[in-house]
Amino acid sequence: MTRSSRRVYDLAHSRAGDKGNTSNVSVIAYRPEDWDTLVAELTVDRVAEAFGHITRGPIRRYELPKLHALNFVIEGALGGGVTRSLAQDPHGKGLSSLMLTIELPVGLRAQQDGTRSARETAES
Amino acid sequence: MRHDERRVSARRSSVRIGCGAGMSDDRIGPAADLVERGELDVIVFECLAERTIARETLARSRDPERGYTPTMAARLRAVLPACRRHGVRIVTNMGAANPSAGARLAQREAKDLGLPGISCAVVKGDDVTDLLRGMGSLPLLETGEPLESILPDMASANAYLGADVVAAAMDTGADVVVTGRVADPSLFVGPLIHYFGWSGADLHQLAAGTIAGHLLECSAQVTGGCFADPGRKEVPGLSDLGYPFAEIDTDGRVVLSKTPGSGGRLDRATCTEQLLYEIHDPAAYLTPDCVLDITDVDFVQRGPDRVEVRGAAARPPTSSYKVVVGYFDGFIGSGEITFAGINAVERARLGADLVQQRLARRGLAYSETRIDLIGMTSLHGRDDGRGAPYEVRLRVAARTTSRAAAAAVGAEVRSLHMQGPASAGGGIDQGVQEVLAVKSVLLPRHLVTPSVEFMAA
Repeated sequence: MTRSSRRVYDLAHSRAGDKGNTSNVSVIAYRPEDWDTLVAELTVDRVAEAFGHITRGPIRRYELPKLHALNFVIEGALGGGVTRSLAQDPHGKGLSSLMLTIELPVGLRAQQDGTRSARETAES
Repeated sequence: MRHDERRVSARRSSVRIGCGAGMSDDRIGPAADLVERGELDVIVFECLAERTIARETLARSRDPERGYTPTMAARLRAVLPACRRHGVRIVTNMGAANPSAGARLAQREAKDLGLPGISCAVVKGDDVTDLLRGMGSLPLLETGEPLESILPDMASANAYLGADVVAAAMDTGADVVVTGRVADPSLFVGPLIHYFGWSGADLHQLAAGTIAGHLLECSAQVTGGCFADPGRKEVPGLSDLGYPFAEIDTDGRVVLSKTPGSGGRLDRATCTEQLLYEIHDPAAYLTPDCVLDITDVDFVQRGPDRVEVRGAAARPPTSSYKVVVGYFDGFIGSGEITFAGINAVERARLGADLVQQRLARRGLAYSETRIDLIGMTSLHGRDDGRGAPYEVRLRVAARTTSRAAAAAVGAEVRSLHMQGPASAGGGIDQGVQEVLAVKSVLLPRHLVTPSVEFMAA
């Protein structure tokens, strides 16, 4: 087992959108062969850890296998909503680049095949 | 030409519909290029953010001939001549809080350009402000609190109307369709219903039209905007992004492309990012026209900057309209100042403490205060040991019900020049912003009555 890690940035690209006080952040594999790694390793728990200082709201993950894309819906992430936030980035456009900083373990392929059929996976 | 004749002659097997703007401050030039070179049937300008109508409602209350999007005249001036030359019809929500005045503006602009004979259709009925005053028990989406809690401060309330009324406006034969609040994809689906005669039972086709509208509605965000990352994701011609259009046929085949000869890129990667933009559950994207399911969507590259969109599905729409309610939500005061060199971050933090102490000493109350160290924490909100930057800009922002208390924030930041830590530079009193916020409710459809008013040339 290696101890090394790689960033989501190395595997995927991302865009963030806003609706009310909820941000959605897509994660799209550049290469089809990295899709399984993202599904297995970019869990709701890892995303909750990265975004925990911004929101404690629920996070949901959706899978779009044909596009090799995940969609994370992160509630409470926009400082009360685009129209009333005190933040410099009220739309949370910059949150996609936070998603890409998350580090994923290498060589620790989780045995998650059994859970893959569920479109909507864990909720924290 | 009589309207019923227009309707019949409108039928065709394929329609090209473009996007000329994805926000009220979008660039103006690319729309004219798209009309000149895109061989379009229709161009849509989507210019309403969630709170924009609230702002324009205030403008209308000061002047009954205002309340449309402020950039409307400039946008129309830029495209009307080319639209006339190429027979391209315009659909836009730039009517905002006053679509009738927007349509009169369009006719005045056309006349000034020497283009008489421009007819308009106005979509009405989205304004439900008076109706909501009596419906305080409706729950607000997201929080579940009753609407009552913001009713006293309500500035506007507008239902997201659907494609049916946009189609009815197109049926009049108008050259320009001016709406207020309409769901963004519906601005695109409406013309398709008009040309193809789709009904509510044509769910496969409505899915195709809705996904096309969703992909187009943010203009250059699907053609290479919001995408480039040097060395990782390159976008050619980024300073001259072409705006997108879709070619849609009566069976619901959708192919996206962009202005010929323009910059940018349109491919699987840009389309996938924009497909998921502002989507929550991919199996249930709610519009007034359908519940769109994009779970099985795929993109197929059909040529350079040509992408076919496949696999969208839809279920019938819900029985509600979403209503966005604009309301006054107090004031935000803010100020910024910069520190550089040795110990810059500690001086900035001392400055932040001083501002807060001063505001407290003056007995001013703030329900929420935010301290940003720009260069360290302003976008991602945390400083996890990446090392101190050479320069850092302190920003203090605070929320309050009082304009004077909001003004004090910037003033105290500015006073750090003389009475704060050493060597504080570039202090700016950012001043005061009156907050027009929005929340949403769901309103049963039967309470809303969309309608169309035709304005002959």
